[in-house]
Amino acid sequence: MIRLLPILALSAGLSAAHAQELDPAAVQVLAGPCASCHGPDGRSPGAIPSIAGLPEADAVARMLAFRDGTDPAATIMSRLMKGYDEAEIRALARWFAEIAQ
Amino acid sequence: MKATRRDVLLAMGAGVGALALPRVGRAQGAAHVVVIGGGFGGATAARYLRRLNPDLRITLVEPNERFATCPFSNLYLGGLREWDSITHGYDDLRAAGVDVIHARAEDVDTTARTVTLSGGSRLDWDRLVLSPGIDFRWGELAGYDEAAVELAPHAWKAGPQTQLLRSQLEAMEDGGSFVMVVPQGAFRCPPGPYERASMVAHYFRTHKPRSKVIILDSQDRFSKQPLFQQGWQALYGDMIEWVSQTDDGLVVEVDAAAREAVTAFGTRHKADVLNVIPPQKAGLIAERAGVTDDTGWVPVVADSFESARVPGVYVLGDATIAAPMPKSGFCANAQGKVAAAAITADLAGREPPPASFANTCYSLIGPGYGISVAGVYRAEDGKVVEVPDSGGVSPLEAGPEFRRAEAEYGAGWYAAICADIWGTA
Ligand SMILES: Cc1cc2nc3c(=O)[nH]c(=O)nc-3n(C[C@H](O)[C@H](O)[C@H](O)COP(=O)(O)OP(=O)(O)OC[C@H]3O[C@@H](n4cnc5c(N)ncnc54)[C@H](O)[C@@H]3O)c2cc1C
Ligand code: HEC
Repeated sequence: MIRLLPILALSAGLSAAHAQELDPAAVQVLAGPCASCHGPDGRSPGAIPSIAGLPEADAVARMLAFRDGTDPAATIMSRLMKGYDEAEIRALARWFAEIAQ
Repeated sequence: MKATRRDVLLAMGAGVGALALPRVGRAQGAAHVVVIGGGFGGATAARYLRRLNPDLRITLVEPNERFATCPFSNLYLGGLREWDSITHGYDDLRAAGVDVIHARAEDVDTTARTVTLSGGSRLDWDRLVLSPGIDFRWGELAGYDEAAVELAPHAWKAGPQTQLLRSQLEAMEDGGSFVMVVPQGAFRCPPGPYERASMVAHYFRTHKPRSKVIILDSQDRFSKQPLFQQGWQALYGDMIEWVSQTDDGLVVEVDAAAREAVTAFGTRHKADVLNVIPPQKAGLIAERAGVTDDTGWVPVVADSFESARVPGVYVLGDATIAAPMPKSGFCANAQGKVAAAAITADLAGREPPPASFANTCYSLIGPGYGISVAGVYRAEDGKVVEVPDSGGVSPLEAGPEFRRAEAEYGAGWYAAICADIWGTA
């Protein structure tokens, strides 16, 4: 229990800083163009994968790999993710993780 | 860094009095937002306004009961899509709580804040959204007028014109030539003419293999040019001939009855099927609303896509000056969401969230052969700016699996954006 405290405090501190930087209305706007390919709320009706309900950590890892050019399966995401900073990528991952599949 | 509407309008010289728009509806209660145009920008704004604040009253004005999309209309010309698959109705928007009126907006009064519809009825609005797409600059290309379009279709607004062009291609004899004229000035969908040339070549290769495609261009370079030319070579050999402006591609006169296009140096190109893409400007209703400038297009504040000239009027899509964002359906959709967020915030007395946009234009060169160009954009000092080092085109050196994947993802994009806008895949 005691060992967890600093981590909790740290993550609470991070999300507080985050919340200050990116409020939900801002994240919603960042997420706007994602729906044009991944479908409304990230639920895809076609060939592009759905991202609604994708586990947050997996999505962060994948989006950072897209951005760094290290995902061998990327066609378009590598080019798009270069337009977002890490805080924005984390906020987007959380946004879609919180939507039911 | 982020300019508020007040800052930007003041910087642009709007009077303080003009800023005093009331925050709540005039009719005591829900504010009323009228959206003109049920295409990529307008239908998006209507849907997202409703989602962001279900208490708002949203009315969408669009003359057509079914909207035919320009995106994928080239695939219809190539025989790769059925007509019904590129048309969309408004039932799902109605179910979402948007009032849809099938009429044309004839006039806008931005002082009284009213719109007059065909038929004479009038709507009051608290905020107005215009997404009327393009209209043509008749009279700018000699010989090409509203009667000529029946002989030499433009097919640059999807609908009967697109079907006419396809029937002309079907009626053409093998060994004929399809000539396309690319206009001067800004036009909707920068890669559109070259995707169309590709799709017509696909149709010829499979049905009329001795025929030719000739592009008479007013430009010396075009969107995704190396990728298109690589694909044309791979799939169609020398079937497609592109004539740049410098090589006498600039067309200055059209004889629609004779199906001839005349270039600046006097060369007459005789076509069997002549497709003339006319010079363009913002949809006429934007002029009526007084939001256009002397370019014929609409300056906007990039943070919200509010008109730089008339407060309370938001303009989206092809009608706007939004460079470096291109005139694409993807951009109109992205702008619609930013404007919806800005209007919702404004009516609630909050600062709008920072704007963020993206674009991707997929083009199909042949079945299983797709390419793309992408960009990510933000607003700075009231202007659209591209995020440095973001976006770009598909790699030239990519192999066939990459092109195949992008062809499939292009179809995925179409399904997703249509679901996002009209609720129909
Ligand atoms: C051949 C071709 C291929 C294309 N391919 C792609 C593509 O693959 N991807 C892409 O992203 N973009 C593509 N585009 C571009 C895309 O079609 C436009 O950028 C997009 O339609 C712009 O959206 P908009 O809302 O500005 O206008 P539109 O979608 O054209 O909508 C305008 C609407 O307003 C209505 N309207 C006009 N005036 C009035 C009035 N007075 N009262 C009421 N309603 C009115 C019209 O009826 C129309 O429904 C293509 C274009 C062409 C021509
Ligand atoms: C132009 C279409 C397009 C847009 C816009 C787009 N994506 Fe993607 N996305 C794809 C494609 C296609 C893939 C598959 C990987 C590839 O080919 O690049 C993908 C993959 C992903 C994945 C991995 C999915 C998985 O199953 O692991 C995530 C996460 C993702 N996108 C998030 C986003 C977010 C967040 C946005 C908005 C900022 C966005 N995408 C915008 C097309 C798009």
